[in-house]
Amino acid sequence: MGAQLIDHVLLPVVYILAIVLPLVLAVAMFVYWERKVLGWMHVRMGPNKVGPLGLLQAFADVVKLLIKEVVLPTNANKFLYYLAPMLALVPALAAWAVLPFSPGVVLADVNAGVLYLLAMTSMGVYGILLAGWASNSRYALLGALRATAQVISYELAMGMSIVCVLVLTGSLNLTAIVDAQAGSKGILDWFFIPLLPVFVIYFISGVAETNRAPFDVAEGESEIVAGFHVEYSGSAFALFFLAEYANMILISFLASILFLGGWLSPIPASVPYLGHGGFHWLFIKAFLFAFLFLWFRASFPRYRYDQIMRLGWKVFIPITIVWVLVAGCMKYFGWVTIGTGA
Amino acid sequence: MNTDLLQLLCFYLFGGVAVIGALMVITLRNSVHAVLSLVLTFFSMACVWLLAEAEFLAIALVVVYVGAVMVLFLFVVMMLDIKQEVVREGFIRYLPVGVVVAVVMLVEMLAMIGVRAMHAHTLGANPAGASNVAWLGKALYTQFLLPFEIAALILTVGIVAAVALTLRQRAGVRHQTASQQVAVRATDRVRVVKMAVEQPASVLPAPVVEPTQENAP
Repeated sequence: MGAQLIDHVLLPVVYILAIVLPLVLAVAMFVYWERKVLGWMHVRMGPNKVGPLGLLQAFADVVKLLIKEVVLPTNANKFLYYLAPMLALVPALAAWAVLPFSPGVVLADVNAGVLYLLAMTSMGVYGILLAGWASNSRYALLGALRATAQVISYELAMGMSIVCVLVLTGSLNLTAIVDAQAGSKGILDWFFIPLLPVFVIYFISGVAETNRAPFDVAEGESEIVAGFHVEYSGSAFALFFLAEYANMILISFLASILFLGGWLSPIPASVPYLGHGGFHWLFIKAFLFAFLFLWFRASFPRYRYDQIMRLGWKVFIPITIVWVLVAGCMKYFGWVTIGTGA
Repeated sequence: MNTDLLQLLCFYLFGGVAVIGALMVITLRNSVHAVLSLVLTFFSMACVWLLAEAEFLAIALVVVYVGAVMVLFLFVVMMLDIKQEVVREGFIRYLPVGVVVAVVMLVEMLAMIGVRAMHAHTLGANPAGASNVAWLGKALYTQFLLPFEIAALILTVGIVAAVALTLRQRAGVRHQTASQQVAVRATDRVRVVKMAVEQPASVLPAPVVEPTQENAP
């Protein structure tokens, strides 16, 4: 009884904490890194006052947010208003359950892992939509409608580009997807070479899906103040913030796992030390993608809303549909020797 | 506590939440709350299906219905200005019809469970090692390819029909063509004129005579 309790209740909780706590820390560091990178790209210093090199700035911000009052707008729907931040955060954290960090190091090694991820990302929309509606504010409602329509549209392009990966792998299991990219040629064995167009589309859709610049019309500071969370303050706002950044990191990890071989080393396996895979490779790749998010934000002006929709529906989705066909031919006729597993 | 008992408990928990959610859909006053309880119903049904090891169906339910269809529902309900009392009026009036439909569905379901129990051997156990998803995919794309493709075709026709129904041709709308905009070159818009920094004095126009006090009007 006692041993079973430890096995079925205590250990999973410890594992979950082992993922969530570093994730929250990573979000804090990511916010700091974002402000630093943006600062450098704008030829400024970025945060440098709190702690050494400004490293404690993110924690200072968190403390500030936590001790602030959560203001409930007049005539807001109280229940939904407080439920919405949690609805945004829970799927963003739950999605991490199926993410493998290195062979066997995964909370739940489910067969339908990719489907589960899609389900969780589509659940996140409710937080945004309800936040906008429950706030009883026009700006918030407009921001929520924009964000939701955008997320739903780009989910299709994202799903179709994942389908290409699934066709080449033949499995919905994320560990199997990484294993299928293992080979003796290192970086040349990864999916991003035969699937280059959908790899690019996947990441751009990921940026749009998380409502980040240049697709951040949901927040559009210059038009609708701050979008769906304009009425939120204090810790409720912090939850939205946490969910958004957790999603960005998740997209970065997923892009690395699906297209860049996850924990596999880019150097051929014959090289003694560098050729071995390990979770550090996954973290390096994910960091690269996370940096791209910030680079985009500093570089590109915001898209107009109709242009976002056009890009998603008329450009990305047709390309991915064609590439699903191409991927099918690759698999069927053996055009590429991906997945040798050697 | 053994696993079977835990599963049974979970089944009753999820089933109970689903039933309560379904009841709330028709009893709640606020239509946004009603849509949300429908979402809750779908979600707990997905959990029940997960317990029955139908993981693909469960997750597809969440992706398609919870993630897309209900969001659109919510969109519509948020935008509409519905009179709550009018909506609730029919609750008692339609109760007999609802009961009849529910009873018929119950009988059909029981009959189906009975038929399945008789033919249990034809369904067979899940072969070890093969995942539910792989199984379903293989069946859909080999044995049931034609019905699957026909269903896809019908859905495509439905999409095209929906777009065609709502498409309005409005006069006087100035559309932008993205390919034209992208194809614009700098020379189409701005003409750069090369000229010397200083012009020779002979080319210079005659100096403007400053109006003096005398010839000013």
